[in-house]
Amino acid sequence: MHYTTEFRDAEIVHRISAEIKRIITQPWVIMEICGGQTHAIMRYGLDQLLPQEIELVHGPGCPVCVTALELIDKALVIASQPGVIFTSFGDMLRVPGTGRDLFSVRATGGDVRVVYSPLDAVRIAQENPDRQVVFFAIGFETTAPANCMSVIQAKNVGIKNYSVLVSHVRVPPAIRAILSAPLNRVQGFLAAGHVNTVMGYWEYLPLSEEFKTPIVVTGFEPVDILQGVLMTVRQLEQGRHEVENAYSRLVNQQGNRAAQAVINQVFIECDRKWRGIGNIPNSGWRLRSEFSQFDAETRFEVSGINSEESPVCISGLILQGLHKPVECPAFAKTCTPEHPLGATMVSSEGACAAYYRYSNIALTQSTKQ
Amino acid sequence: MCLGIPGKIIEIYENNGLQMGKIDFGGVLREACLQYVPEAKIGDFTLIHVGFALNIISEEDAMETLEILRSISDLDQELSPN
Amino acid sequence: MEAEIPFFEGPSCPIPLPHHERILIGHGSGGKMSHDLIMQVFNPPFSNPILDQGDDSGIVSILPRNSLASTWNGQLAISTDSHVVWPLFFAGGDIGKLAVCGTVNDVAMMGAKPLYLTAGFILEEGLDIDLLQKVVSSMQTAAQEAGVTIIAGDTKVVQKGKADSLYINTTGVGILPEGIEISGKNAQVGDVVILSGPIGAHGMAVLEARQELGFESQIQSDVAPLNHLVHEMLNQSHRIHVLRDPTRGGLATTLNEIAQQSQVSILIDEMAIPVDPAVAMACEMLGFDPLYVANEGKLVAIVEKNDSLKVLDAMRQSRYGRGAVIIGEIHSDPRGRVLMRTSFGSTRVMDMPSGELLPRIC
Repeated sequence: MHYTTEFRDAEIVHRISAEIKRIITQPWVIMEICGGQTHAIMRYGLDQLLPQEIELVHGPGCPVCVTALELIDKALVIASQPGVIFTSFGDMLRVPGTGRDLFSVRATGGDVRVVYSPLDAVRIAQENPDRQVVFFAIGFETTAPANCMSVIQAKNVGIKNYSVLVSHVRVPPAIRAILSAPLNRVQGFLAAGHVNTVMGYWEYLPLSEEFKTPIVVTGFEPVDILQGVLMTVRQLEQGRHEVENAYSRLVNQQGNRAAQAVINQVFIECDRKWRGIGNIPNSGWRLRSEFSQFDAETRFEVSGINSEESPVCISGLILQGLHKPVECPAFAKTCTPEHPLGATMVSSEGACAAYYRYSNIALTQSTKQ
Repeated sequence: MCLGIPGKIIEIYENNGLQMGKIDFGGVLREACLQYVPEAKIGDFTLIHVGFALNIISEEDAMETLEILRSISDLDQELSPN
Repeated sequence: MEAEIPFFEGPSCPIPLPHHERILIGHGSGGKMSHDLIMQVFNPPFSNPILDQGDDSGIVSILPRNSLASTWNGQLAISTDSHVVWPLFFAGGDIGKLAVCGTVNDVAMMGAKPLYLTAGFILEEGLDIDLLQKVVSSMQTAAQEAGVTIIAGDTKVVQKGKADSLYINTTGVGILPEGIEISGKNAQVGDVVILSGPIGAHGMAVLEARQELGFESQIQSDVAPLNHLVHEMLNQSHRIHVLRDPTRGGLATTLNEIAQQSQVSILIDEMAIPVDPAVAMACEMLGFDPLYVANEGKLVAIVEKNDSLKVLDAMRQSRYGRGAVIIGEIHSDPRGRVLMRTSFGSTRVMDMPSGELLPRIC
């Protein structure tokens, strides 16, 4: 068992697709909140295998898209300082701040390095004791255990030149914010399976109940995603609203206790501003005071940053599923992947970038069977 | 936030106080931190995200899921006369 | 052979010792040190009657060889490329092999027969001369395999820190036989798209050699000279409309460029694209798509349908075409775009990558 090829099996995918078509009787709007799922849907063309009645909306599931503009600008200021090695996951390098991005900081002499793992950033700090090494600790709950461990490791080994710029976001408050929005159209959620691998799904039970919305924990391979959609549609058609687990090979209700313990040790909940959406209470994590010496925001005193979002960009409304990219006046005109005005056009998972590829093509008409 | 790849643990050791492992991704090897899967043993498959194992993959659950999915539509065709 | 050089001990002697282990600024200043470097490091491996003249330029007669006498209308294919790859050595190749093959291939992609190369070197002060010798030797091996001669060269030295050890520029000259008109704008509706073998190996081999992302594998760069392969293909058919090697930006970039140049649509069958399992896994792990990863020993051929099978057969008999497969076909719409049919029967757009390939977590 490889756990990849079996879950890309075309025969199974078509079975599930046929079943969804068989049971569906009315239109439904389903949101997935994970950049990885958006990516898989686009990469495999999975939306083409779903009946017309299903509208798949791409939610704010990409930390790249939702990291607050102020934080990106702080990152740019820190990265530009001499003596700093600024480390980050590759995703963040092209995200536009106010006027520039990490790539352009690198072009003007900043030492910006892509790392695969936060532990690589810690290693860089050990290898360069005379430089300040900052790690851009972004992510949802999936990445928190790794980012936290890097801080604990730095503390335990006594590394003084390592700090983290934290921008963690949590999914349950985002679901709450979306479902509470007055114009909300989302009727069912595919939850991000790797977030749930860490956190379990106990946090979703009250949400599903309060908002009478089905939430299905879903994986990332084609079979997983189709299965998630099938289980959501079944609930919707049957008038149920429960939390179900379509990723049982990795997820259980409690989640990974060891990981949650470490997260609780290092992080504490806080309010967080989601780019384009605004402040969502308790939707983020920040470092606890015991670890404040590792906080890059205090170490570098990056206050007084004046962040200006493009007045035209409606990323936030798109991320909440309230508008489609094509409804934005700047879409494909002043805003393109090469000259993005907002994060949803930069990230390959961003809804705008995804739609851009299909613009001017009558793709759905000519190729949908 | 979700790029997680399954890989097989082929070696377990300690480094700098952390439980680490050598992971085999179908021929490509990389080190990963196993601190969050203390029960991991050699031969287990685990999900790796940014160099960390997040959980052991349950082969039993995987097989069961595939089994159920493979029999969709067959069963429903039997049950519904349409 | 040089005479025995006395070894000076004690206080440092103003007469420079002739034996150097590293490149020094003096090696680029045109004097004796430069001359010695050329005579000791470059000329012996590259030795040929033209280069050995030691003049400012290499003089060649582009007289058609006997077999080409009636098939040459005087057109030359000339290409230049600079190579700045780091690290210099990686599994399956090095900057030298790359410098030769890259330019040989650019000439060959026009259907031309590459004959001569020039090689310009920018050396960083402090570069290990042993390393340089290895690179030069590798270039000569590649040149020999390709059947090209290096007829002119240049060396400059820059201060430490101003170059990543070594940069190489090569310019290639080839003759274009009569009746060959291969260009990115020539794809026709109904043509077949052939790929010479599995993709993504070179880019991943270099990434692995950089050791920044910490993975180990058996992946080897596919860097290779493709002119003999092209020759075999042209022996089978002159209805090969486009030839291109998918280097930086990968197969996706090349196909998009052709689709735009020819103003056609290219439809690719995803299941047909060969990728070695190790390359596929390394890409998965980092979040890369093999379609965007560089190749240095592969070509895409767009061939008139009736000739496609015999061209394919000829490719499979050739050393660097054994894995050749048909991967798609040319349509008229949507003009300028590349579409891909997935294993599930859905169709998606195969886009150009926006910039540098970056590992992702999302």
